Amino acid sequence: MRQIIYFIEKFRYFLLFIVLEIFAFIFIIQYHSYHQSKFVNSANAITGGIYNKVNSINEFFHLKIENQILSEENARLKNLLEARENKFVLDSFTVIDTSQYFQKYEYSVAKIINNNYTKRNNFLTLNKGAKSGLTPDLGVINSKGIIGVIKNVSPNYATILSILNSNSKINVRLKNSNHFGTLVWDGKNYNIMQVIDIPRQAMVKAGDTIISGGKSAIFPEGIEIGVVKDFKYEQNKYHMINILLFNDMSAIGEVQIVKNLHKNEQFSLEQSVVNE
Amino acid sequence: MNNLVLKNTIRFIGLLFLQVLIFSHMNIFGNINPMVYIVWVFLFPVRKNRSLFLILSFLLGISIDFFLDSGGINAFAITFIAYLRLPILIAIMRKSDFDYVQINLRTISINKAFLFITTLTIIHHFIVFSLEYFNFNAILTIISNTILTSVFTILISTLGIALFRKKK
Repeated sequence: MRQIIYFIEKFRYFLLFIVLEIFAFIFIIQYHSYHQSKFVNSANAITGGIYNKVNSINEFFHLKIENQILSEENARLKNLLEARENKFVLDSFTVIDTSQYFQKYEYSVAKIINNNYTKRNNFLTLNKGAKSGLTPDLGVINSKGIIGVIKNVSPNYATILSILNSNSKINVRLKNSNHFGTLVWDGKNYNIMQVIDIPRQAMVKAGDTIISGGKSAIFPEGIEIGVVKDFKYEQNKYHMINILLFNDMSAIGEVQIVKNLHKNEQFSLEQSVVNE
Repeated sequence: MNNLVLKNTIRFIGLLFLQVLIFSHMNIFGNINPMVYIVWVFLFPVRKNRSLFLILSFLLGISIDFFLDSGGINAFAITFIAYLRLPILIAIMRKSDFDYVQINLRTISINKAFLFITTLTIIHHFIVFSLEYFNFNAILTIISNTILTSVFTILISTLGIALFRKKK
């Protein structure tokens, strides 16, 4: 016993070092695995509050660009509305049964108060949290594409797993055919992402538009993400289809949160099939 | 003594905010963000109380991890170089003019100080990028990132240390 105490006394400094490093290493392991809940994240009152303050100053300098993006989105929505009105006139005799009507996706707005895009694994911080009804695994989009998926929430803030992260895998498809793939990031350029697992029958051409696939329960189908920049076709397989994003991931401010109101229904149905 | 505590407290908070609010968003040439907060390790007085220094370094690292959402990467790296600081200092000074208590980065010769900063910075950056990529296939990216970021960290921290030199 005495010798143990003597040993601890003698190597106190080294043991302290080892203990601290083990703590840090545990956090790192959690950081690299998607499913474990993270303790070290910026969705807490102190870091969130500071980022909020700094962002309110920063935001002032981007008002012009933000305005332009809003008016672009307005124009796009007005075009959609016009297209819809024409269609409405053609079949104006359809009876809409309101009891059958349902809303599948609910959108709400929030703001990015901390943006990262240069690291291998990027996380963003949002200025809304559990008090505004956010929960983990909600999708985050803006007018030009997908931003990421909510990972941690605190009462007033939330962190987002950016699509620029090695843990992010988004289901996408080609706009002109129904071939599905997965959107991943190789960590090199924040404007260029990769699509993997596209079946070899698909006809991919440079300039093809890539949209969200709708196979996941998080994002609605048909959000435009980017265009095919180049690709490699070897041994009858597609390797590395590079996608040029529509979104400028280095300058995102206002975003929309997508909540899938049918998610639980879909999950419980799928689960019951698995259990049989 | 009190003056020393106050000075180090201000330095701790100052470096934390400088790092997370300014240096981590610089993006020089697209993706280089100097990690200037390790100046803490260079400037903390070399005294008998080494455990306190280790714990404070860990706390600084973990605070930065909280802000940058990087798990425990910065905490791991800064604790590592905090532990290595004394052996490296002894190796560089070669016992000749080594006085345990008196030593200070501003009193030793400029070449030795520069060598000291460079060694610790490169070790720190290599650990940070290795842990972030966590992949042997990315070794070239890790090395190039380490070298490029180290250049800017060394440049900025040397300038900073020279700028805040005490006037006599």
